[in-house]
Amino acid sequence: MTELPPAIQLRSVSRHYVMGESVIRAVHDVSLSVSSGEFLALLGSSGSGKSTLLNLIAGLDRPSSGAVIAHGQDLSQMSALELARYRRQTVGMVFQSFNLLPRMTLEENVELPLRLAEVDRSERAARVRDALERVRLEKRIGHRPSELSGGEQQRTAVARALVNRPRILLADEPTGNLDSATGESILTLLREIQKNPGMTIVMVTHERTLAERFADRLAVMGDGKLISNGAQR
Amino acid sequence: MKFRDLSDLAFRNLREAVLRNSLTTLGVAVGVASLVAMLSLGVGLQQLASSRLARSGLFDSIFVTPKTNLRRPGAGPPASRTPDAKARPLDANARAEISRLPNVVEVYPQIRFFTEVRYDGKPFATMVAGMPESSKASGAFDGMQGSFFSSPNADEAILQAEFAKELDPQTASLIGKDLVLRYAERQSLPAQPGDPPQNSGGFSVIPKEKHLRIMGVVETEPASGFGGFGTGRLLIPLPLAETLRAAQVNDLRDILRDSSSEKPTYVSLTVRVKRTSLVEDTEKKLKDLGFGAFSLLDASKSLLTFFRVLDLLLGIFSSLALAVATLGIVNTLVMAVLERRREIGVLKALGAADRDVKQLFFVEAGVMGFLGGILGTVLGWLIGRTLTFGTNVYLHRQNLPSVNISSVPLWLVLGGIGFAVVVSLVAGLYPASRASRLDPVQALRYE
Repeated sequence: MTELPPAIQLRSVSRHYVMGESVIRAVHDVSLSVSSGEFLALLGSSGSGKSTLLNLIAGLDRPSSGAVIAHGQDLSQMSALELARYRRQTVGMVFQSFNLLPRMTLEENVELPLRLAEVDRSERAARVRDALERVRLEKRIGHRPSELSGGEQQRTAVARALVNRPRILLADEPTGNLDSATGESILTLLREIQKNPGMTIVMVTHERTLAERFADRLAVMGDGKLISNGAQR
Repeated sequence: MKFRDLSDLAFRNLREAVLRNSLTTLGVAVGVASLVAMLSLGVGLQQLASSRLARSGLFDSIFVTPKTNLRRPGAGPPASRTPDAKARPLDANARAEISRLPNVVEVYPQIRFFTEVRYDGKPFATMVAGMPESSKASGAFDGMQGSFFSSPNADEAILQAEFAKELDPQTASLIGKDLVLRYAERQSLPAQPGDPPQNSGGFSVIPKEKHLRIMGVVETEPASGFGGFGTGRLLIPLPLAETLRAAQVNDLRDILRDSSSEKPTYVSLTVRVKRTSLVEDTEKKLKDLGFGAFSLLDASKSLLTFFRVLDLLLGIFSSLALAVATLGIVNTLVMAVLERRREIGVLKALGAADRDVKQLFFVEAGVMGFLGGILGTVLGWLIGRTLTFGTNVYLHRQNLPSVNISSVPLWLVLGGIGFAVVVSLVAGLYPASRASRLDPVQALRYE
């Protein structure tokens, strides 16, 4: 089997917070590599540092030390403007609480990343429709998030994450607010998306059973450290 | 993000908290309204005063005198002064020459003389003044009792109000009645043998009478006391005054100084030019011709300065309301930043740069300022119109003509809106900066 080039490389990454006189080591000396097209599940108990690590990969936070490299770009060396561009073009994010804007319709929510990326207006409608078709919500295009079920809202969030055609999809507890059947359908959807050539998925979860069923590899964190790098399944 | 997308989002955000944002916008509108109303009053009063003064003829007129008349205080006796070679008599020839100067629209003499008036069999001493036809437009005759002269040569008179009361306390009853003007007509005498050749024979005065019909009663004489001797209390058409050839105060002086009594000279001539801006140039030309000339241009400039200062003070005081409205914008946007923390976090997670977030809040502030500016300008205009209406109701009750005390020129409309937008953007600086600096990780955790 041919070794795929790494999409994400973490080299001795630490993220420490200073709280008064104490230092909280949210992430400490983590080195990890995720190949292109791989579906990695990041497991760990609450407060283990997995979400902090995901934020570092997303470019929402900067490491205290070490390097986060995504598709050859060292995020720790980027300016705030370059990080914003990276978030627009390279990564898509899905959150536990969906984070859809309640006053916008599905169409408008999914269109938002296209507005930020200054995609031409004439192109937007087709791309929004494609993304919603992919998550099978094209018939709910004019609805507001409050008119949808939890699973539908999360599928909308997935469509929003995909609309800018990112190379990396980052999901932070995407099934955390859903019942088990709906959660399973979301992971099935993520798995389908992963089949697109080059789509790398890093998912933070504490549901080991689901992770084992859908992810290519499991990495386990505890107390800010990487306990298990996991073998490719 | 493109401006159109920013505007879309900004309008959407403003609609979400429509009541709060409408109240904030109304606050801006009230501030702008007070500014526009005050400045419209300043501008309106300035225009009213300027047009009145322009119509009075004082600011587009030059007062011409023979150069020898201008004796400075403390100057030596006439014999010790070097005669001015360029000094010329102000006579009919000079009047004709001045009339031919470019931009001169009217040249007329100041004719004033003491006389006796007989009305209802009683004598009254008073001063007669000749009124040019152009004085009708001066504004001083607006709201007069009766009417202006029916023609430039009519045997008619207009009485100054105080003088009219001396004739009859019920001044309205004077209109249409006749009075008799008794005056001294000047008649030239031939030169006597033995007189120096350069001297004329002097003149005699003959008592004469003229019947005049009273056409109206006016509060004051236009340009009274300027360029003449005392206030005219009985006004007659200037061409009529000229044909009377009444002896005036300068006649005796002319005899003593004289050149030729055959050609009557004038104490002064009033020269009106097309526009105020032409006064300075024409004044110079008149001096070059050898006449004394002066105008009220400096007074006009002082008036302009006064109104500029008045506008500035009105603007400063009314800006206080806008300053309060600005605090309202700051408050509204700071609240919006707090309420929309999670949304800001989502925007940043989706790739919004700090600059995009800052611009979004800026546009929201600008939209509130723009809408408030438009509404405020309309409100300010309405306040000005209401004040004008109220003033005119009062003036109407006092039998005085209507005036327009407020004016909203285009520069004030654009300035009002522009000022509101700029002030709102300044007010948006702090909230926008605060929003853009939010840590996306913290913002996404916010419930």
